[in-house]
Amino acid sequence: MAKHVDIERRRQAIYGWILLSPAAILLTTFAFYPSLATFWSSIFSRETRRKPSEFVGAQNYTDLFADPTFWKVVTNNLIYAGATIPISIAIALAMALWANSKIPARGFVRTAYFTPTVLPMIAAANLWLFFYTPGLGVLDQIGALFGLPSVNWLGQPETALWAVIIVTIWKEAGFFMIFYLAALQTIPEDLKEAADIEGASRWMYTRRIVLPLLMPTTLFIMVNALINSVKLIDHLFILTKGGPNDASKLILYYIWEMAFAFFDAPHAAAMTILVLFVLGVVAGIKFTILDKRTHYQ
Amino acid sequence: MSTLSRHIESFGALLLAVIWISPLLFAFWAAFHSTSDAVNFNLSAPWTLDNFRVAWEGAPWLKYFLNTFLLVTVILIGQFIVTTLAGFAFAQVQFPGRDLVFILVLMQLFILPEVLIVENYAMVSRLGLFDTILGVGMPYMASAFGIFLMRQAFKGVPIELHEAARVEGCGWFGILWRVYVPLARPTYLAYALVSVSTHWNNFLWPLIVTNSPDTRPLTVGLSIFGAPENGVDISVISAATMMSVAPLLIAFLVFQRQFVQAFLRAGIK
Repeated sequence: MAKHVDIERRRQAIYGWILLSPAAILLTTFAFYPSLATFWSSIFSRETRRKPSEFVGAQNYTDLFADPTFWKVVTNNLIYAGATIPISIAIALAMALWANSKIPARGFVRTAYFTPTVLPMIAAANLWLFFYTPGLGVLDQIGALFGLPSVNWLGQPETALWAVIIVTIWKEAGFFMIFYLAALQTIPEDLKEAADIEGASRWMYTRRIVLPLLMPTTLFIMVNALINSVKLIDHLFILTKGGPNDASKLILYYIWEMAFAFFDAPHAAAMTILVLFVLGVVAGIKFTILDKRTHYQ
Repeated sequence: MSTLSRHIESFGALLLAVIWISPLLFAFWAAFHSTSDAVNFNLSAPWTLDNFRVAWEGAPWLKYFLNTFLLVTVILIGQFIVTTLAGFAFAQVQFPGRDLVFILVLMQLFILPEVLIVENYAMVSRLGLFDTILGVGMPYMASAFGIFLMRQAFKGVPIELHEAARVEGCGWFGILWRVYVPLARPTYLAYALVSVSTHWNNFLWPLIVTNSPDTRPLTVGLSIFGAPENGVDISVISAATMMSVAPLLIAFLVFQRQFVQAFLRAGIK
């Protein structure tokens, strides 16, 4: 009898691993091995025709830390994250509260909010290009109505990053809205009734009851938004190419440029490791702190 | 007072909706008008299909469409197979080391394929998959997100059904195929919609791995077509943009509810 159980257990283990093997092989090939290989190549020098690659330890990292462009890009990415995350979450929340209340043309409103989500970022960038074109663009034409001068939104360092940020917010807010919308629909009706009986104003009800109940959703959206602030760079390829003067360059774009335009794999690798480190910290916070305090079903 | 604030809110909601949809509406309008009419907002200007003709002739769009279609299909089939097997293993098979492997899988949620472009590019080249549709699709097939989703769906299947199928003499694969897969249909549908719209829209990785019109998806084709060096004008770019977003956009407008539900099901874990 004991032997039978043993055989059954062994059989389960074999089945388990057979079922897992496609995933395990692919994940190893395209996630785990590349992560280690990236680390490995980040501690070696760049191979040139004259000099073979050699072990340099932390040299690539110290190079980066001494590179003003790197700091410029990191700062840009922090501004990008710092602006896109709270603004798109705030707009998403407003959208959800509106889309959930009894307003006219609710179907149209919801569709309008969500549509940018299903467009490719490249297409979104193309659409926005016409808004930003100096002189001809929609923004300048609206400005001209009020007697404002023409502005080269994408071509000057002061506004380029913000122009990119606005496109990101436009693309993301509607996506985050649907999570809020779903969360709002789980809030029991009687809470609203109770608040009405108590004479609480709508604003009071929203602030004291709705917002706290939406906290887990907000945290979930924040983690997603944080990941996206590293990932979403497609529009840079159309709108600014990181310029002018690196004013709108973001870290992933810089990694791409370093590797595929400057052919400097070791420095690209060092940057990749730094990004993975930051994402790892985010993952750690999510799995240890947030998941204990929140409860998605 | 209350009705007034309600009106203000409705107005705010509508205003935001109009602002949100306006880039798309403007591009739609520009695509059907001559450039000078488009930029001057000449509302009485005649409609034209010329921009579509020029855009269509400017690039092998049919090929790009086909490539994108093949790409999302290859990825989806790969994802269905890989995530079904792994999801089932994590949900219903007991074996030592399972929890550890599951944590490793979850880690991939944060090791974005987008960040590992350099090494993944080297890997795809090594495997001889550079400039192939399979090469573009492969890094996404073992999606940790999909595995997680399938695991959740399979966990919800009553164990009695599993036992019953077993008594009937079904093997592991039979149980998976006859009991679990059919019951997880809504999850498959949700996952498919999210996956298709993600990969239809993906850009950076295909840009790196493709090198020729024979493999390039729509997004990469569109970015090359829209490059300022090509000297194309607003109306023609709008037409090209409209053409490339049309299939997904129409699908979205028709199956709106399903799309939103899909993103929701997939997002709330």
